[in-house]
Amino acid sequence: MSEPLVFTFEVDGENFTSAGNASVAVKKKLRWLGFPPEIIRRVSVAMYEGEINMVIHAGGGVATVTVLQDRIDIVLEDHGPGIANVELAMKEGFSTATDHIRDLGFGAGMGLPNMKKNTDSMEIQTELGKGTTIKMIINL
Amino acid sequence: MTVRQLSESLALEVLSLPEPEREVCGAYAGDLLSWVMGRANADNVWVTVMTNANTVAVATLTDVSMVIVTDGSEMPPETLALAKEKGVNLARTKASSYEICVRLGGLLS
Ligand SMILES: Nc1ncnc2c1ncn2[C@@H]1O[C@H](COP(=O)(O)OP(=O)(O)OP(=O)(O)O)[C@@H](O)[C@H]1O
Ligand SMILES: [Mg+2]
Repeated sequence: MSEPLVFTFEVDGENFTSAGNASVAVKKKLRWLGFPPEIIRRVSVAMYEGEINMVIHAGGGVATVTVLQDRIDIVLEDHGPGIANVELAMKEGFSTATDHIRDLGFGAGMGLPNMKKNTDSMEIQTELGKGTTIKMIINL
Repeated sequence: MTVRQLSESLALEVLSLPEPEREVCGAYAGDLLSWVMGRANADNVWVTVMTNANTVAVATLTDVSMVIVTDGSEMPPETLALAKEKGVNLARTKASSYEICVRLGGLLS
């Protein structure tokens, strides 16, 4: 595999039912490409949490997964409200999810910590009123 | 123990069983999806009262061997259809998560 493989997904911010579809599609592709289960699991968890966050907190966005020789990059870009305090948002248990979102089983405040835990590097760029871009790297 | 054997032992109401011969290894109980996402292991049985469509994505991504919906929690048709489409084993019981976990403890140890 010399050329990087790039997968891009539009994540629909209106549709809760389809939330997670991009992550499921990536998991399938990585399986087909023969990656070890542990790598697939880490990519799946990190990407799912990021994808769901774009749906519930940012009205959707774009997810790009790049498979390189020695690593997998996941970039999640949205034009939502941005994150006011990243340090606080990264804390286990911190959530601004509404009751309606909590009824669906989200809002434990574990998504960003899960992303951090399952990746080798995670960078958050965010600007209030402009949006958020999260870059994650998983080394192979 | 396979998913089919487990369903029989626990007298579960089977809703979708596309992979009946799948082996079960351990269990995880929880209703908050990010906890399940972070903690459930592949081949675990996932015990939960949650039944919205997002549970199917979580089950697929964590690679649990089956989802047991407890307390007779209402199952939306869209979730059931999605589980069948994605090949997720899904069963239901009137027993509580606690009761099911107690019995799983006996069956899986
Ligand atoms: N893409 C985003 N845009 C705006 N705010 C975000 C975004 N992602 C996360 N946040 C903010 O960070 C908080 C923490 O996110 P995190 O994923 O850890 O928890 P959660 O989504 O609230 O709950 P959970 O992920 O456990 O279901 C969110 O409640 C939200 O306020
Ligand atoms: Mg989240």
